[in-house]
Amino acid sequence: MPRDELDVMSEIKRNYILQKIKKDGIRADGRKLDEMRKVVIQTNFIPRASGSAVVTLGRTKVVCGIKIEAGEPFPDTPNQGVLTTNVELLPMAFPTFEAGPPSEDSIEIARVVDRGIRESKMIDLQKLVVEPAKQVWIVFIDIDVIDYDGNLIDACTIAAVSALATAVVPASTIGQKDFPLPITCRPASVTMVKIENIVVVDPDLEEEQIASARLTVTMAEDGHLKAMQKGEPGFFTLEEIQKAIKTSSDVGSQIRNNYPK
Amino acid sequence: MGTASDKKLFDENGLRLDGRSPGDLRPIRIETDVLNRADGSAFIEWGGNKIQVAVYGPREAYPRHMQDINQAFVRARYNMAAFSVDERKRPGPDRRSMEISKVISEALQAAVMVELFPRAQIDVFIEVLQADAGTRIAGLTASAVALAAAGVPMRDLVVGCTAGKVDGKVVLDLSKEEDNFGQADLPVAVMPKSGKVVLMQMDGDLSIDEFNEATSMIFKATERINQIQRDALKKNYASTAQDWGE
Repeated sequence: MPRDELDVMSEIKRNYILQKIKKDGIRADGRKLDEMRKVVIQTNFIPRASGSAVVTLGRTKVVCGIKIEAGEPFPDTPNQGVLTTNVELLPMAFPTFEAGPPSEDSIEIARVVDRGIRESKMIDLQKLVVEPAKQVWIVFIDIDVIDYDGNLIDACTIAAVSALATAVVPASTIGQKDFPLPITCRPASVTMVKIENIVVVDPDLEEEQIASARLTVTMAEDGHLKAMQKGEPGFFTLEEIQKAIKTSSDVGSQIRNNYPK
Repeated sequence: MGTASDKKLFDENGLRLDGRSPGDLRPIRIETDVLNRADGSAFIEWGGNKIQVAVYGPREAYPRHMQDINQAFVRARYNMAAFSVDERKRPGPDRRSMEISKVISEALQAAVMVELFPRAQIDVFIEVLQADAGTRIAGLTASAVALAAAGVPMRDLVVGCTAGKVDGKVVLDLSKEEDNFGQADLPVAVMPKSGKVVLMQMDGDLSIDEFNEATSMIFKATERINQIQRDALKKNYASTAQDWGE
């Protein structure tokens, strides 16, 4: 993930964050180690989209819009709708984000978000077939990051799941009746980073900057793992991963309480 | 993960399509220093995977603004040859290969003693010549060997292995069919001496018990794969010693 404008963080700030976590078990912004920042979700923000959500996670802010269009299925899955996910790190969101082709970071975020939604089978793609092998519904998940203060993976997952949960398939465009997007579950991703040897949930930007490694665990209501991703050059021990899975299960159900009904 | 199918992936004796039992690896062979120009190289055959890896560096990082005054960075480029898969793959990086390059770079960065080479970069080029499931961890396993062969100082080698779920059963080292029709895929890479996990990805559906079973299988397998890595590195020096008549 990008560093701040100067690519450095003052030694004083770094030590402050570290000491607070190590000595008091409290984070610089007063949160407990396994505490998410406040999540605010506003759905149907973009009426022109088939489904949408604006999500703020602390001071991180993303907008997700769903577009659903009729199109051709992939040749190897003629009886399934199509799902694609894209994340734009807009230059307005951070001083070092630049316009242009997607960066490694944005590709990774999009693919981890996509994996959680796809592998949990949140969307029943089999119900999105108009005519097998000829016409199916294509669900485009597009996420604009407009303000960046850490943990984009979870902010984007929350936005995508919320937007999908309220999305409507515009079947009237091909002379049928509109219907709500068929949803089977609500996956929740929980991202943690390791600072020295302490793992904290939902890192803000400063915590991301001093962390050595990152782990995202996505689970659905059934308590099963659906997707995982370890990132950044540090490492986790197996015990830390097992503990992180437990944390993800607990924090994930809190996130799920925020999802639109 | 795979699409629903009634393809049978186990026979009546509980063996897999290629005759392996659930905890078996496919055959693995690693050869080092197979390229002349590169500073270090390795070729790995892992089941049907054939992957060539070359290491260049440490060398001055370019472009300059990428230089880190405290340490080197490892830049891996995972690439699939157009002919490596059944249907021709359009050449060049795609989103999948960019993500894989990123996680492999990060895993190697943990093992290499990057603090010894400020302002430098270490390039690791991974060319998948033939793909047969598990290319990222096979490529990573070979990359660690190529780095060692290049004489790059490392804390430890990096060893990768996958486990997954097939017909509801946890199995080691998924084959192509199992990858296509299975229910979960869990690639993991560790530094074998310390057991530190430097790469972990997962997709599909795993209960927590299944996850624990899968990781213990992987950890056991990485010991065996690590031995193959070490043997490959040693073999080269043994033959050099022989050439000198010792």
